[in-house]
Amino acid sequence: MNAPNERSAELAGIGEARLRKEDARFIQGKGNYVDDIKLPGMLFLDVVRSPLAHARIKRIDTSKAKAIPGVLAVLTAEDLKPLKLHWMPTLAGDVQAVLADDKVCFQMQEVAVVVADDRYIAADGVEAVEVEYEELPALVDAKAALAPDAPVIREDIADRSEGAHGPRSHPNHIFTWEAGDRAAADAAFAAAEVTVAQDMLYPRVHPCPLETCGCVASFDPVRGELTTWMTSQAPHIVRTVVGLLSGLPESKIRIISPDIGGGFGNKVGVYPGYVCAIVASIVLGRPVKWIEDRIENISTTAFARDYHMSGELAATRDGRITGMRVKVIADHGAFNSHAQPTKWPAGLFSICSGSYDIPAAYARVDGVYTNKAPGGVAYRCSFRVTEAVYVIERLIDVLAQKLSIDKAEIRRRNFIHREQFPYTSAFGWQYDSGDYERGLQKVLEAVDYEALRAEQAAKRADPDCPTLMGIGICTFTEIVGAGPSKACDVLGVGMFDSCEIRVHPDGSAIARMGTINQGQGHPTTYAQIIATELGIPSDRITIEEGDTSTAPYGLGTYGSRSTPVGGAATAMAARKVHAKARKIAASLLEVGEADLEWEIDRFQVRGDPERAKTMKEIAWAAYQHAPSGEEHGLEASYYYDPPNFTYPFGSYLAVVDIDRATGETKVRRFYALDDCGTRINPMIIEGQIHGGLTEGFAVAMGQQMPFDAQGNLLGNTLMDYFLPTAVETPHWETDFTVTPSPHHPIGAKGVAESPHVGSIPCFSNAVADAFAHLGVTHLEMPHSAYRVWRQLHASGVAL
Amino acid sequence: MIPAGFDYHAPDSVAEALRLLDELDDAKLLAGGHSLLPMMKLRFAQPAHLVDLGRIPGLSGIREEGDVVVIGAMTVENELIRSEIIRRRVPLLAEAAALIADPQVRNRGTIGGDIAHGDPGNDHPALAIALDAGFVLEGPGGRRPVKAEDFFLGTFMTELADNEILVEIRVPGLAPHTGQAYEKLKRKTGDWATAGAAVVITIEQGKVGAVRIGLTNLAPSALRAEAAEQALLGQPLSETTIEDAATRAAAICDPAEDLRGDRDYKLAMARQMVKRAIRKAAARCP
Amino acid sequence: MSTRTVTMSVNGEQRRAEVEDRTLLIHFLREQLNLTGPHIGCETSHCGACTVDLNGVSVKSCTVLAVQCEGAEVLTVEGLAEGGVLHAVQEGFHQQHGLQCGFCTPGMLVRSYRLLQDNPDPTEEEIRAGISGNLCRCTGYQNIVKAIQYAAKRLKEAQSVSA
Repeated sequence: MNAPNERSAELAGIGEARLRKEDARFIQGKGNYVDDIKLPGMLFLDVVRSPLAHARIKRIDTSKAKAIPGVLAVLTAEDLKPLKLHWMPTLAGDVQAVLADDKVCFQMQEVAVVVADDRYIAADGVEAVEVEYEELPALVDAKAALAPDAPVIREDIADRSEGAHGPRSHPNHIFTWEAGDRAAADAAFAAAEVTVAQDMLYPRVHPCPLETCGCVASFDPVRGELTTWMTSQAPHIVRTVVGLLSGLPESKIRIISPDIGGGFGNKVGVYPGYVCAIVASIVLGRPVKWIEDRIENISTTAFARDYHMSGELAATRDGRITGMRVKVIADHGAFNSHAQPTKWPAGLFSICSGSYDIPAAYARVDGVYTNKAPGGVAYRCSFRVTEAVYVIERLIDVLAQKLSIDKAEIRRRNFIHREQFPYTSAFGWQYDSGDYERGLQKVLEAVDYEALRAEQAAKRADPDCPTLMGIGICTFTEIVGAGPSKACDVLGVGMFDSCEIRVHPDGSAIARMGTINQGQGHPTTYAQIIATELGIPSDRITIEEGDTSTAPYGLGTYGSRSTPVGGAATAMAARKVHAKARKIAASLLEVGEADLEWEIDRFQVRGDPERAKTMKEIAWAAYQHAPSGEEHGLEASYYYDPPNFTYPFGSYLAVVDIDRATGETKVRRFYALDDCGTRINPMIIEGQIHGGLTEGFAVAMGQQMPFDAQGNLLGNTLMDYFLPTAVETPHWETDFTVTPSPHHPIGAKGVAESPHVGSIPCFSNAVADAFAHLGVTHLEMPHSAYRVWRQLHASGVAL
Repeated sequence: MIPAGFDYHAPDSVAEALRLLDELDDAKLLAGGHSLLPMMKLRFAQPAHLVDLGRIPGLSGIREEGDVVVIGAMTVENELIRSEIIRRRVPLLAEAAALIADPQVRNRGTIGGDIAHGDPGNDHPALAIALDAGFVLEGPGGRRPVKAEDFFLGTFMTELADNEILVEIRVPGLAPHTGQAYEKLKRKTGDWATAGAAVVITIEQGKVGAVRIGLTNLAPSALRAEAAEQALLGQPLSETTIEDAATRAAAICDPAEDLRGDRDYKLAMARQMVKRAIRKAAARCP
Repeated sequence: MSTRTVTMSVNGEQRRAEVEDRTLLIHFLREQLNLTGPHIGCETSHCGACTVDLNGVSVKSCTVLAVQCEGAEVLTVEGLAEGGVLHAVQEGFHQQHGLQCGFCTPGMLVRSYRLLQDNPDPTEEEIRAGISGNLCRCTGYQNIVKAIQYAAKRLKEAQSVSA
């Protein structure tokens, strides 16, 4: 018998840097992404889009397109009307035009679709469709949306005084949402020794995964069954939505998310292209593929942020925060199609009191329509958490500057202390666990913070220094793992997630989950959880996700919910298997269950470890002769509804050098310490953090979706939209502490979004810190060379 | 993004290519394709015919003709970076080519395409101006030379006639004690310049004996900053003369506002790039 | 709109097919030869997901016409492994966790392969510059750099053994 530590290593369970099982196909070009799928008789669908942001459609002439050999159909809103599919309900309680009905409300809106033998002919068909528009004034500035004379974007609901989230005050008003205690916050401000206020725009950005969105819809008219391969982060929800829209029973609908080339929130929504491909397949009785190009992707499917925030802090003279107020104008685009799972229209924004013990707080968000694309998503974060973390982490720096308190010190003075957990914030969130001081201290020591500040002081004293040096700190707390079904649902379906485990007679196993991998390593890490729980080596466990006909119903992967919810379901399902295995072992060993103890991969008789049954032996027995009263087989499923969110946190520090001549910002150093509770696979965690930091770097330093006054999106290709290459990307240093979640079965919290959420304010804080001695408190993102130079110029320090 | 239909032609001689240009309606020359094909995929360009220069022997390659370095128009950027002749004789081109696009694109993108396209964002025009290069255009009537500084007429407008092909770039020999440098400010890999400056400078006995300055993406076409050159000529190089040159260079710029920056920023960056390039080129004078 | 027959060697095999003049190499490979390793990410020659080796140099196959490749030698990710043995760059990406969603990986691998052919002993800076025509949204590149360093080391070891 192997020694326990050898057996444990063989399992490759929780805590092991196990290499990824799924790599083999990707490194050999054998991945199976949606555009790789080819079915006999498959057609291609392409979309005719509006060049204008706001216009009435006067006429659509499809005759020339239909005359092109190989074009099978051209569909417009008129063709969808008899099916009542020209509009579709959104996940946010609004409706969205599938194909523009009467008018277009954003540039690149879907106006018609062309279905053809292949993508070349479809593209020719798109060009041949003639659309006549009458241009209307465009509304681009969200802050002007509620002006009395603002153009009315949504004529279809202009006279409706009630929206899905309460009263509407203006035709362009979507909702007003409030959180916290306004009176208490106002009282804190009235009594405050000092207050600070800062306006800030979190600009509209796009998640931009390398694979765009697309699907292959295949309706079998003989069987009446619809199979659709789709780039979806939530295939089960799509099945339910497709059922509602099509009238088909869910049992006749199969949604398959095959390999997905990155999601980052872009693939949560249900888009008109999917609906049109499905309709076209049903109408034509042939498989129909739709794949976005990059311009369509950036212009129409999903955006993130676009929050115009005004934040205020009240504090004592020694820097203790006594109150917080935030007001937001949220630009939701032309339809409220936000893909988010909470019951609140601003999602989890009220986590904005951050890592700090703030006694009184109030937040208000007003959502408005503009002539921009709909479909806001959480770009590598839980919904609105990135905005929330940004506002508090910027504000605390503004306060530190006003009071001349060091930016690390002011955080220490306001942290929720370790002994305060579980902690209830002024907004009502119950933080599960944390140890913020320890993380910050570790970072400050690792980078020799005092030396950095001394270097900065010396550089500031030298008027000839060609650079400005900035040090940014961010000590963030996230809220992830949507979520408790009391707080979160999609179309009424609670935000549980699920796992089914089936142990085969030979002791190997297959497990299926309701989540879906997009590169996070699920096939590797879920197996590690089961390995530790059941003593089955990871390599003998197959993980399957993404096929609604085989996987248990789940709500998908976004908002860092796979480990907090799916991982918990996995552990709990494994524990059900474990409980049955114990019964079988007791029967085999002819002892009571209480006489057994579990060791790594076997039950052994207490005090007599030689008498033992391994999981492999138990699995065989389960199929051979189940103990009396037990069914044969060894399997279990679990639908896990988390009792709370999880609250990962971290301490980040950035050092930047700004070129006073050009405004270019060089990231000299970035140190990221994360605490995601129990760590399942350190290698994968580090990879997730590298990726999240890089996406955060992109957002902070270069990404934006700028619009001109007519609502034209300027920069909708990768020429302008900033995706950093290996040359621009900084070197990342990572570190960690471990503070397990007390309510999660294995103590894990989720990690992939922390580096995105936490790094963005860290970069902004570093850039602003470089200007702190010049009286500057804030620079708007992205911190492109041009924008930074404008501040250098305004501050009189440009060379 | 799919191009509209066209007919593809792959002539094996310049004469055949010229004949095709003459005979075909609405034909475009295809060099590396990394400007033209994206434009066609966006359907901004829909030529009926493409005449590919890629199969004409002798249109690419680098050779020395006495003092002159002759670069075939179809020579790709990576060949400029690798070429021993270029590194020895015109290191400016190797330095600048490494700042153009990315490794894959540099395997397709050609010096001739970069020049003939007439895009003010392209780098070779200013480089050629700074090097006082000449271009050889071949048409039905034979070959004719055009100096680089006379070639660029405006955005996408050049001296090249519809029935001509740019076949060679000729870089004259440089005086001893000459240094070369290209400074290019860009947002990221693969981007065009926010501002770029190419400087070729000769310093003899402590004074500027000769200097040529070319500017990238700071006007509807590449510019030669003659007034700036004049400010330096015959002077010892000092911070004052460099500042003066930079100011004069910026004075002739007329940049378009775009996502890279507004006019003020680009003018300021023109100054910065000119100053940096002068200093760097001067430091390289043997 | 004309069509023609093109012949080229793809992963060592002679392939012949009828294409439209406008057919892009990436679509020829993916749609006609069913080599779906190379991917389409941006279509404007920025992302490098479509990178293949063409006559011994890396190119973006979204911006090359199939007809331009008459008589050419093309190598895609599917041709990297030899006799069922993974190439060192493939092994490196697996060992060093150089991939996540896998979408950029085929282009990244073919580019890394050529980079190491051209420069068997690259510095980190040379590696970063060498893959600057390939975008990855998942990894932050740090592990890709390590993967290429791993491959460089393995290739050197293999060379010294065979020498």
